[in-house]
Order: sequence, then structure tokens, then C-alpha cells
Amino acid sequence: MGILEVKNVNKRFGGLQALGDVNLSVAENTVHAIIGPNGAGKSTLLNCLVGKLIPDTGSVMFDGQSVLGRSPYEINQMGISRVFQTPEIFGDLTVMENMMIPCFAKRDGAFELNALNSVGNQKDIIERAEHMLEDMNMADKRHMHAASMSRGDKRRLEIGMCLSQEPRLLLLDEPTAGMARADTNNTIDLLKQIKQERDITIAIIEHDMHVVFSLAERITVLAQGTPLVEDTPDKIKGHPKVREAYLGESA
Amino acid sequence: MFGLQKKDTTLLLVVAALALFAPFLLNPFPEGSAMAQFNAGYPDLMQRFVIFGIFAVGFNILFGLTGYLSFGHAAFLGVGSYSAVWMFKLLGYNVIPGIILSVIVAGLFSVVIGYVSLRRSGIYFSILTLAFAQMSYNMAYSVLGNPTSNFNLTNGETGLQVYTSDPQILASAGAPDLPHLFGLTMRSSYQLELGSWLFTFNAGYYLCAVLLLVSFYVAIRIFRSPFGLMLRAVKSNQQRMNYTGLNTRPYTLAAFVISGMYAGLAGGLLSTMDPLAGAERMQWTASGEVVLMTILGGAGTLIGPVLGAGFIKYFENIFSKINEGVLHAWFGFLPDGLENGVIWVVEHFVGPGWHLTLGLLFMLVVTFLPGGLVEGGQKIAALLSRRKSKDTDNRATQSTPAE
Amino acid sequence: MDAIILQILNGLDKGSAYALIALGLTLIFGTLGVVNFAHGALFMIGAFCAVSMQRLLNLSYITLDETQKDFLGNPLKVKTPYVESWFGPDMGAAIIDWSVPLAILLAIPVMIVVGIVMERGLIKHFYKRPHADQILVTFGLAIVLQEIIKHYYGANPIPTPAPDAFKGSFDFGVMLGFDPNAIIYPYWRMVYFAFAVVIIGAVFAFLQFTTFGMVVRAGMADRETVGLLGININRRFTLMFALAAAVAGMAGVMYTPINSPNYHMGMDFLVLSFVVVVVGGMGSLPGAVLAGFMLGILEAFASMNQIKSILPGIDQIIIYLVAIVILLTRPRGLMGRKGVMEE
Repeated sequence: MGILEVKNVNKRFGGLQALGDVNLSVAENTVHAIIGPNGAGKSTLLNCLVGKLIPDTGSVMFDGQSVLGRSPYEINQMGISRVFQTPEIFGDLTVMENMMIPCFAKRDGAFELNALNSVGNQKDIIERAEHMLEDMNMADKRHMHAASMSRGDKRRLEIGMCLSQEPRLLLLDEPTAGMARADTNNTIDLLKQIKQERDITIAIIEHDMHVVFSLAERITVLAQGTPLVEDTPDKIKGHPKVREAYLGESA
Repeated sequence: MFGLQKKDTTLLLVVAALALFAPFLLNPFPEGSAMAQFNAGYPDLMQRFVIFGIFAVGFNILFGLTGYLSFGHAAFLGVGSYSAVWMFKLLGYNVIPGIILSVIVAGLFSVVIGYVSLRRSGIYFSILTLAFAQMSYNMAYSVLGNPTSNFNLTNGETGLQVYTSDPQILASAGAPDLPHLFGLTMRSSYQLELGSWLFTFNAGYYLCAVLLLVSFYVAIRIFRSPFGLMLRAVKSNQQRMNYTGLNTRPYTLAAFVISGMYAGLAGGLLSTMDPLAGAERMQWTASGEVVLMTILGGAGTLIGPVLGAGFIKYFENIFSKINEGVLHAWFGFLPDGLENGVIWVVEHFVGPGWHLTLGLLFMLVVTFLPGGLVEGGQKIAALLSRRKSKDTDNRATQSTPAE
Repeated sequence: MDAIILQILNGLDKGSAYALIALGLTLIFGTLGVVNFAHGALFMIGAFCAVSMQRLLNLSYITLDETQKDFLGNPLKVKTPYVESWFGPDMGAAIIDWSVPLAILLAIPVMIVVGIVMERGLIKHFYKRPHADQILVTFGLAIVLQEIIKHYYGANPIPTPAPDAFKGSFDFGVMLGFDPNAIIYPYWRMVYFAFAVVIIGAVFAFLQFTTFGMVVRAGMADRETVGLLGININRRFTLMFALAAAVAGMAGVMYTPINSPNYHMGMDFLVLSFVVVVVGGMGSLPGAVLAGFMLGILEAFASMNQIKSILPGIDQIIIYLVAIVILLTRPRGLMGRKGVMEE
């Protein structure tokens, strides 16, 4: 039984079958990549996992509990954190403040009317956020305006924010899209390091084969809204169906 | 001090000093001098400064922190006013119950309006709050204000006021027939004559000023709290909020209700200073005015709304007083033709033309100074300090060889 | 049954005004992405075009009639409008009588100029600014326009009657086979409704059958693509704004015989028109028109004495109540599409 179990999920948009009978099982403490050509339904699938979309039929279970019908914040509180294709951070706030917010969410839950205490007195939160910034090698940037950072740093911050919540499942949506090679490699190293240091399951949607084959332990290939094969990276590389459906056109 | 950081304590003390010494500071010109018309140190106007200061400080908690632009906050001001007058009618002229009830009722009212309006954001939210405020205005003006019906809550066009036939069950025999605080009437003033200067210290003003300081202090605490951080996060990126396990709706609703209660307090104080509540306080223009005060001063800053409220109320007062005669006195030194030309132009903007000035001010501030006076001040300060540091640099380089 | 028809008819004129303003708001919002709080002011300026036309046509010169004396024994002063001396007394009087419809001729160029100046001078600088800034700056503009009108035309409503031919009412009920006097309907309201139908039809035809309209519709469906269509997009935006201004202005001109224009009529209508847009579904033109008429008619029903005796004052708040209910049950409005204005 995987930590994330997707069973018979279907999703239609008008006449378009975006997802058809998707079954997927992500084992705990693995890095599982979902790849596929454009329009294969990767993003739709991801949105079904985090509560942005509700599938027409089927079930999505996280750690034995259904996520369907829950809103994104509830699913996050269950232990799923999401990293976006374009980094979603609090651009108007400082890096430190960015890092404190998920720490508050972890400690106080979805809502807490903590209106008369000073942020400066929240020693545990500050400590935790500072620790996380050091882990991310960003301690020197703590007073920076988040919006003014480079894209690579924004990505790093976003991943750090997600990790500070100690999620059990980290979802990454094309985390290196639009990045220069050096930034991409940095991100790969960061993710490798995270995997080594923590008990965490990572599901990654990716276009870039270099990233996929550097990180993934299992790969699911999605084509036209349906999983084609699921296997280890080595087997996927040589799989004829995959070559035909996906690698063939890009290799 | 007071659980605040040093910078904020200083700010609070500055505001406290300004409020305390306002009767002096706002009356810099001697009585009877030509400049006396620019004095603002009389009770009625000073009361308005602080009352609208409270209103704007509260509005800023919603708009400045979360970015939700409400166009209906005048409704809460009006509800607060009506509540206070009802307390005067039912219980008596002591202001305490009136002020407390105005905050509570405005709070309840804003829970209902906020709960519905906050289901949408952006423009939808602005329009919804505007619609609610107009609806409240219509209800106050006609629906609930029919003097002949049994259910006359607002007394319609005439405005709600206290009549001798009202019960006033808590009124003791010797109590004043005016709003008072345990016998001290709001109108009572102490006048101090120093040479040709006249300073007025008014009980009502000081009550309002104390409440402004309390409001301002609470606002600082909110700004610096985790709650305040969450509100700024809502403004910055709601998507990230949701995917960080935070439910934005109760946060925005709490901000909405808090700012509604501030508005209710301001409304209650308006009635306390003058126990007559009319529906026009709820009109969209009144809602627009508090928006302007906040952005003019600087939305999202602590001191901005107080400055904005003072600025607008001061110039409203000055501009409304100016008439043709005053203009002729001012521009009399110009040649006749030019004098008339200038007066013809200026006349549009003063007296009843104050609203035109207000509208233009609105456009200019939004277009050129979206950060308001505070940002403008910071820019000027930055410019000056850069020049100063350049000066000291020059001096440093010059002085080295001399030694 | 006749009572129901009467109320539907009573709602048509206000509904027409709501629909026309909401249509312009939606056009501007859909193409330019701007929330125009000054749109009500455009409606008001249109109405004052009718006032101006009336005054223009009544401009007179004064002659002394020596044969008649006034009470001081001086020769009587006789005012003769210029149009009467130019076109003869009968024709001149007829022209003055028709000043409201004729004001359309004045309103179209005036509104187009106002629209172009407004868009080029102000709105265009706010395309990339947050919606809150757009709301605030157009709100300020609305106050300015309103105050200027107030300064020059005064605060009181100015009567602008319909042409004699359309004064009074007719018995609509008899035509439908009801009892006489069951449905009495003023002529001008019928005219206003017909006028609104023509304008709305023209706008839709324009959008449907011209290249320009095609671009506009493409833009409303997906704002990104408007930019891709490239050339002269700025000029199209300006024209779009001028068109919306002209529609609002004409709606204002023709509305004057129903309610005498005053300086705050724009804001009164704007708030309700925004509610109409929201109920219809932001960005949906048919939604704006449908919701405009629907809410106008609903308001008329709520003003019936039978209803008011049960729920006093319901006519004042019915539109807001309906809007709230619709937004709670159908957050996108009646005909709103997914993805339009959802942040």
C-alpha cells in the first residue's frame, strides 16, 4: 500500500477526456516521477491530488484518507505540500517572513487569531524558520524582499517553505521549468540532499529527462490521460512503448 | 514599552503628544489676526480629526493589510451612530453604553456583510460591499425610518435624535441633558487665554483622543502580530496561503470585522459629540472618503491613515469656509483682470466646490503617489539624506588633505 | 394577469437603463480589463446633453413690442427663440418640442470625444495597474464629473419633457384584450424600451458581423489573445471605450423624460448597474442585458402596493437581496464563464 493511492480517476473537460482511468501508487519514501508529453494530463492529475480539481470518478487516498472534496489548505494540513511550476512565494514579504508563515501553519493550524502577540516573541517559530533558512543556504538573504530574488533563489525558498512544514509528501510541478542549466543542477542537488536527509516521499512532474533520470526511483509514463507504464528508470529508458509515445519524439 | 518595539513605542508617544497638545498645536495664530482662519484648534474640528482618524486606522487594517478594497465601510459608521443614539434614548445620556453598543452592533453587522462579501475577492468584493452599503443606506433612509410605522429604527430623513418622551431609564435626576461621561458633559470646555492666543480644551475631544490612542495602540499590536503577518500574506499571494495549509477566509473575515468595529466606534463617537444620527453618514461618498484618507496618508502604514484623516478634514474645513470675499482679499494685489480670472478659477475648488477638489485629489494621489503621504515623505527624506551624505563625503575628502 | 403584465412593463424602462449601462461596463471590462466607476457619470453626462440641447434650442433674442405695454408702461419684451425665427414659428416650436430626441445628435459626438479623452488621458495609464487603483481613480473621476455638472447646472433636477406626441399614456390593456384602464402605459416608456432594444441589437450586430467586433469578442474570450492580434490594438481599445461611452450617453439622453436629470443620477445608476453586471456574470454581454431587464422588472414587482403592504420598503432593497442570493448560490452569476475575473 503506497502513501498515495490513485484509483480509476477520470476527469473530462467538455468533450475532452483529460484523465482516463488513472491508477497510480506512490510508495512511501521514494521519489516517483510522472512524465509524459504535453497534454498528457500531468497537470490535471496534480490538480486532482491537491484539491484544485475534483475528479469525475475514482478515488485519491493519502495515507488511507480520501482527499476528494477537501480544499487545498485541508489537504496541505494532511501532509501534502506543493511546489509550483512558477515559484509561488509571498513576493511582498521578506525571506524570513516567507519562511515563518509555513511554520505558523504547522504550529497553529489553518486559522489562529493571534492578533495581540508580537511576531518577535514567537521564539520557536523564529528559531525554526532560521534553521530552515540555514538548511537552504539562504540565511544571508533573510531580510531581502522575496520578489527581488533570482528565480533559482525563489525556487529554493519555495522548497524550503514546503519542507518547513515537514510534509509527508512533497509534490513538485516541473520544478526546473524555465531554469538555466546551472540552476537546474543546483535544484537537482538540493532535492537529492533533501531526500538523503529526511524521511519524505517526493512526487515530481517533469519534462526534463535529465532531472527525471537523476532523481526518480520509480517513473510513471502518462500519455493521453492514461498511464502507459510504470517502472524503474532503467527499464523505462529501454521500454519500446515509451520510446514510441514519448522519448521517440524528443530524443 | 507596552509590549512594543522601540520604533513603535516612539510612534505611539508622538501620536499621544500630538493628540494631547492638539489644542495648542492647531491654534498657532493669534485670535483676530488674518491668519486665524487657518486655525483648527476648536473642539468640533478636533473631534472630527480624531474620530475620522479612528475610522481610517480601522479601515487600514482591512485595506492596508489584506488589500481587500471595501466600498461599504460607511455602513458600519452609520450603524454605530444609530446604536449610540438608541442607547441615549433608552438608557440615558451617559456615553459609555452608547460607545460599547456601537462597537458591538457594528461588529455583528460586519460579520454578516463580511461573511457574504468575502466569498468573492477583487472587484466582486468591492462591488458587493458597495451594494451592501447602498442597501443599508436605503433601509436607514426609508425602509426602517418611517416615523409612522411601529418599527421606526432610524427616523428616516429627519435623523434619529433624543426626545423628552424617551424612556432614558438609567438617567438620574441631576444628570445633564446632553451626552456626558458620569456628569462631565462632552461640550464642556476649558478656555485658556495667553496674550492674544485662545486655547480650548474640550472634554469630548479628549475622550475621542484617548480612544484614538487606544485604537492606534491596538492597531500597532495587530500589525506586528502573527495575525497581521498572515493578513499581509493574504495580500501578497492567496494561492500560496492555501497551499501552505492556511484558510484565508477566517483571516480576511476577522480583519473585516475588526475594521467594522473601528468604524462602529467612530460612528458612536460622532453621535456622542452630537446626538443626531442621519442616514447620509452611510452614503457611498462617505465610504469613498475613508478610502481616500487611507490611501492619501499611505495604506498599509501605521501613521498614514491618521495623517490622511487629519489632512482631509482640515482642508475640508478650510476650503469650505473660503468664499468670494476671502478670495478677493487674497488676490487683491493682482491687477483687476487677472484677479478676476484667478478668482474665477479658484472658486471652482473652494466653498461648495470642495468635493471637486476632493475628487481631483483622489485622482492625483492614485496616479502619482499610490503610497500616499508617508511614501512621499520617505522619498523626500531619502533624497535629503542622500544629499546630506554626499555633503559629508565631500567635506571628508576636503578635510583630509588640510590636516 | 393584467397586473403582472403591467409590472413587467413598468420594469422595462429602468431595466433598459440598467441593461444599457451594464452593457457598456461589460464591454469596457471585457476588452480593456478596466473597472470603470465613472461609467455612471457618462450616463449622467448624456442626460445633461439633453438639458443642454433644450437650452440651446431655447436660446432667444429679445424684441420690444411697442403695441403692448407691461405693467410699468414700458414696451413689452418679447423673447423669440432663434430656431423659430430661422425655421418659422411652427417648425421652430416643433424643433424645441423635440429637443430630447434631437439631443442624441449632440450626445453622440460629445460622448465620443469624452470617451476618447477619458481613455487616452487617464484610463490607458491604468491598464497595468491593480484593479483597486482603477476603481479608485475612476471613482475620483466620477466625483469630479459630477461636481462639474453640479457647479454649472445646479443641484436640482431639471425637467426635460418628451415631445408632445409622446406625452401622456395609452391603454395597452385594451390592445391585449383586457378591461379598459387595466394597463395604462406612458408612451415615452415604450419609446425608451424600443430605443434600448435597437441599441442593444446594434451593439450585438456590430460585435457579431464586423471584423472589429470579432477582435473584441476574441479579446473578451481570452484577454491574452487580444495582444497577439497586434496592430492598432490601442486604437481599438480607444474606440471601444468611446462606443461604450456613447451607449451610456444615449441611454442617459433618452432617460431624461422619465426622470428629470440631476447630478447624482449617475452614481445612483452605477451602483445598481454593477450589481446587474455581477448578477449577469462578469464579462458576459447577454448576461448583462438579461440581468438588467430581470432586475428592473423585479424592482417593479416589489413596488406593487400589495407587496409593499406585506414587506414595506422591499422595493428599495430587492435588487441587492437578489444579487446576494445569486452570488451565494451561483458565484459566477447567471451567465458568467469560468475563468473570467476569478483572480
